[in-house]
Amino acid sequence: MAETTGGRRWLSVADGGAVLVALIGAGLGAMLAAKGSDKVMMLHGLILATACLVAAFAVLYSGFRRPVYASAAGADGAEAYMDGPVRVATIATVFWGVIGFLVGDVIAWQLAFPVLNFDLPWTNFGRLRPLHTSAVIFAFGGNALLATSLYVVQRTTRARLFGGWLPWFVVWGYQLFIVLAASGYVLGITQSKEYAEPEWYVDLWLTIVWVAYLLVFLGTLVKRKEPHIYVANWFYLAFIVTIAMLHIINNLTIPVSWTGTKSYILFSGVQDAMTQWWYGHNAVGFFLTAGFLGIMYYFIPKRVVRPVYSYRLSIVHFWTLIFLYIWAGPHHLHYTALPDWAQTLGMTFSVMLWMPSWGGMINGLMTLSGAWDKLRTDPVVRMLVVSVAFYGMSTFEGPLMSVKAVNSLSHYTDWTIGHVHSGALGWVGMVSFGAIYCLVPWLWKRRGLYSLRLVEWHFWISTIGILLYITAMWVSGIMQGLMWRAYDELGFLQYSFVETVEAMHPYYIIRAIGGGIFVLGSLIMAYNIWRTVRGDESADTAEQPEVAAAPELRAAPAE
Amino acid sequence: MKHEILEKNSILLTVAILVVVAIGGLVEIAPLFWLQSTIEKVKGMRPYSPLELMGRDIYIREGCYVCHSQMIRSLRDEVERYGHYSLAAESMYDHPFQWGSKRTGPDLARVGGKYSDAWHREHMANPRAVVPESIMPGYPFLAKTRLDYGDIADRLKALRIAGVPYTDEQIAKAKADLEAQVRPDSDAAEALLKRYPKAQVRDFDANPKMISELDALIAYLQMLGTLVDFAKFDASGPNLR
Repeated sequence: MAETTGGRRWLSVADGGAVLVALIGAGLGAMLAAKGSDKVMMLHGLILATACLVAAFAVLYSGFRRPVYASAAGADGAEAYMDGPVRVATIATVFWGVIGFLVGDVIAWQLAFPVLNFDLPWTNFGRLRPLHTSAVIFAFGGNALLATSLYVVQRTTRARLFGGWLPWFVVWGYQLFIVLAASGYVLGITQSKEYAEPEWYVDLWLTIVWVAYLLVFLGTLVKRKEPHIYVANWFYLAFIVTIAMLHIINNLTIPVSWTGTKSYILFSGVQDAMTQWWYGHNAVGFFLTAGFLGIMYYFIPKRVVRPVYSYRLSIVHFWTLIFLYIWAGPHHLHYTALPDWAQTLGMTFSVMLWMPSWGGMINGLMTLSGAWDKLRTDPVVRMLVVSVAFYGMSTFEGPLMSVKAVNSLSHYTDWTIGHVHSGALGWVGMVSFGAIYCLVPWLWKRRGLYSLRLVEWHFWISTIGILLYITAMWVSGIMQGLMWRAYDELGFLQYSFVETVEAMHPYYIIRAIGGGIFVLGSLIMAYNIWRTVRGDESADTAEQPEVAAAPELRAAPAE
Repeated sequence: MKHEILEKNSILLTVAILVVVAIGGLVEIAPLFWLQSTIEKVKGMRPYSPLELMGRDIYIREGCYVCHSQMIRSLRDEVERYGHYSLAAESMYDHPFQWGSKRTGPDLARVGGKYSDAWHREHMANPRAVVPESIMPGYPFLAKTRLDYGDIADRLKALRIAGVPYTDEQIAKAKADLEAQVRPDSDAAEALLKRYPKAQVRDFDANPKMISELDALIAYLQMLGTLVDFAKFDASGPNLR
């Protein structure tokens, strides 16, 4: 790539291109900052311009600092794995995770004690709830997926990430998306589509980042040195491709002005509802399931040093899972104005979905065959396995709740919230924690984690928190549904709505306590990760099971 | 077919994934755009008046949909608690829809006319002043904030592109119509009523000095579910429910 004259060098074409793109972005941001038709657009223009200038500076700085021969980071000119962006995304996962969980607990307390809304626009439940859901799904979950997918795809293809600066753009561009979306919510910028709240210009930015992500991932697959594409990568690829499709179609919108934040969604009423829940349920199916199954398929076999249980099962459950999931959306719209035929289709496919979901669970759990003892000795394995157990539980509960008769009771109640959290905290949370605990020592080349005992604490604390949370929501959600439909002996509705609100109070407190305990666990993780990255070792480091990272891309240079 | 073919060809694998995940959405979403029975034929539906639209945009901005549904299901207890089950036609001009997914608070699909403006004013300032057990946040700032409706005509234009049948006249008079809706007994209010039948014209926030965000929000809440004339609605008509 670069001419070899030793010492320092000027910019390569790729560096120049990256700087050019960053400067164009900075110009656009400056224009919006100056001419935006509302204050939030001006603020977001300023943020964009600043981010682009920092990016341009970072490219220039590394270009000047880097010796010529280090173009692909290997000291001998040979290629090495590119782990910088993976490290950033790993730290971001922990950082946004703590924030997302914390905001969730704040709004849980708001439901128990409304005075905590402070009657201000920026702190009311309606604005903070999207902040919580997006922070947890897209910031915490999204970064966990970025970190693991970019790590796994390199190790399983034996190829460096494709695209020069592109992986850096993906990771930092994604953080910019999070900052724009989150600051927008607090300032009242939302298009009110659940889990797709960011307005049109933030959606556009995410689309650019996502296409770059697809290019990096697919490009790496294309230049792989392994003949077969490993199963984890099928799931990651399905997740990236499908989220692109869902995101673009669900966010088709007409901006009121090209320099303003407000837009109106293209579809209306029943078509918009169907599109939204086609998107919404597959944000669960592809973002929170397919992607995280990718994590399961790499990190569980790696950590327990056993091959995946069944190759055939992974093929069958992969294709059935991605085919069936897409149909499940209408179960969010039972007994609504959506035509009956669509509701019935949604219910039928949701029930069928139980099978491939459990196929994945079985494949994950049975991978422990012959290594079940690790469940006792290694809390990281326990975390991964419990996550798969929660996955099995919530993918049984889901089909159950999608049956119309059950849904007539459960819909609109906190049972749904409980269901979501058994999946989000139990499955997505735990599997991500397990993956992070594996990744961090590998990425920073440490002998092990700072403390396995703290992982043990994290495991038990999170589990107790989750159980308090979901049992409180089960009991109260079913109670709520039963109270809404209760009749007295004279044939009148027995309870006014507000009586059902009052009855929820103790359960909201229990839920908030459970959530708080879960936050505490995540703080323990953050501390443990921070000490590990710093290179500290505690008494138990020596006792930790040896879990080898995948070998480096090239042999160490013989010098 | 051997799975090996897909496993060894990344582009083919990508295409296969795309085909497999596209099918469900195509079958479930696309027909809703052309099956005539999807949206019932009803009398009374009209696009939102400018003030109602601004109120709706505030409802969206504050995330009211997070706790309030606007979709009464066809279940006995819901119909008794909230009124006639919601029709697809009733949200045909809703970009985006506001059916919601959670009832931390009650359904609002037919809240229009259920409470007085005074009740709404009190309730927005401090929900617990009128419903002691309520857990809703207070929104006292709405009454104090001047409504910013400088771009109201542009909003109507954007909605027209999305398919809402606003006329040229409605767009040209958008600003005047918005101001007229809080000034009863004026000529402008009469013109507004011709363009938006059944629109309610009142000083919703009881503050004649300014048009506040509370004016817009109450105007929106008070019209919810009031447009369709159910005396003339034939439930056995050509619809698939």
